Amino acid sequence: MNEFINFYLIPGLVLGSIYALGAIGITMTFGILRFANFAHGETMTLGVYFTWSLVQFTDIHPLLLLPVSMVLTVGCVLLIDRGFYKPLRNSPTIILVIASFGLMLMVRSVVQFFWGVQLKTVLPGIQMPIVWFDYLRLSPKHIYIIGGALVLMYAVHYLLTYTKIGKAMRAMSDSPELARLTGIDTEKVVRTTWIVGATLACAAGVFLAVDTQVDTMMGFNLLLPMFAAAILGGVGKPYGAMAGGLIIGIAEEISTYPWLGDLWQFNPGYKQAIAFFIMIIMLLWRPTGLFRGKSF
Amino acid sequence: MRVLELDNVVGGYGDTQILHGVSMHVDAGEIVVIIGPNGAGKSTAMKAVFGLLKLTGGAVLLDGKAITNTPPEQVVRQGVCYVPQTGNIFPSLSVEENLEMGAFVRTDDFRPRLNEIYEMFPPLHEKRLQAAGTLSGGQRQMVAMGKALMLEPKILLLDEPTAGLSPKFRGEIFETVKQINSAGTPILMVEQNAKQALGIASRGYVLVDGKNRFEGSGQDLLNDPEVAEMFLGGGKQPVPSGKA
Repeated sequence: MNEFINFYLIPGLVLGSIYALGAIGITMTFGILRFANFAHGETMTLGVYFTWSLVQFTDIHPLLLLPVSMVLTVGCVLLIDRGFYKPLRNSPTIILVIASFGLMLMVRSVVQFFWGVQLKTVLPGIQMPIVWFDYLRLSPKHIYIIGGALVLMYAVHYLLTYTKIGKAMRAMSDSPELARLTGIDTEKVVRTTWIVGATLACAAGVFLAVDTQVDTMMGFNLLLPMFAAAILGGVGKPYGAMAGGLIIGIAEEISTYPWLGDLWQFNPGYKQAIAFFIMIIMLLWRPTGLFRGKSF
Repeated sequence: MRVLELDNVVGGYGDTQILHGVSMHVDAGEIVVIIGPNGAGKSTAMKAVFGLLKLTGGAVLLDGKAITNTPPEQVVRQGVCYVPQTGNIFPSLSVEENLEMGAFVRTDDFRPRLNEIYEMFPPLHEKRLQAAGTLSGGQRQMVAMGKALMLEPKILLLDEPTAGLSPKFRGEIFETVKQINSAGTPILMVEQNAKQALGIASRGYVLVDGKNRFEGSGQDLLNDPEVAEMFLGGGKQPVPSGKA
């Protein structure tokens, strides 16, 4: 049981928190801007590389630098929106999807050009886990990641429930046309969506970088499980994305636990397939997802 | 005092011209009803006021100032509120959040106005924390009107507020419209239930094929034999409701 908690459940929670943060941005972009943003993974990558550079310059712990890299990431994403998505605002969805796909490739190439493709780390050295109650082993970084994710998710909840702009985001997700007729400043809502999405993506990327290492494909590798999480939770539903991310992260990690003892064990190499397995079952059983999002 | 005026408005969607010169006006304190057969351009005339279609001729005047072809998000800021026939609430937001969104362009404290709306529509106060999408058709319509009234508009545009409602709710909505009007908001309304609508109207316009056909006080139109035969069914039911 200890082994299950320490080596499967906790890593699952960590991975799930990262997926959840990323999936919130994807689901909000889908709900409000009405397209699947393929470049969302690259937003993460960008945040991670900003953090890496800041660590080189300042030698401060990457998680403490997070607010600075969030600001830089948000700035880039707002510029991208201004330059690429805004002129396409009233285009059909497919055009925006393809544009985001192109941006995904462009942003990644820019990152590879400036920072190179070698593996890097933001947090060198091995961290010793702290042992609690004789058997619960928790690394400080895992505590920070799970704690940080909880704080950010609460912030999203607060924004959507108690602030005017957050309510306007939900309104626009319900009906962009009525939002416009009501006089809601839709451009401001769109900007806020990008800001929230980029902030969370930056955090998710840096959390992953702290937990593993830095490479230029890390955002892309997360993209598909994040889509799976968004669909599982219900597209356009931020709380669904949180739940979906956690479910998929935990399911991926605990799938490799030797449930059948020595008889058979799920090959960890196939772990990522779990996300898609869950997503496909969900689409067949309840296409609108756990929180009744938009259907296709 | 003239609040809203359409002066010989011409326009449509893309290449399809729907309005071939429509003129009408709404004075302070009036309820003005637009009736006419399906496809006559009733809803379109209303959308023309709100900047939802491109006008190629004529003018729309608000308080004597031209607002022709002003986009909807600007028209709202000038004090015109429009309640579309369908999709006129945010279903996943609570009733109170819907009303709050109605006040989005207000920068002052909207709380006093919110309380006035609750006084006007007591059922909304009772259900203020409920998702608007879970309400009955009549109550949704109240949310939609309440949301529009949050801005204390100079004029309220209602596109078939009773469409799809049972006769009982229809009566309630007409009562509400009268109530809103007596509280001081002039109303321009498109209606399929012509008889009932003209009953509460100060004046009415009959549109046919995108042009004015008749106009007069609500009573005059109700008593006009030609109008009665065409739209009031002469004892038969009014034209079945459908999107114009």
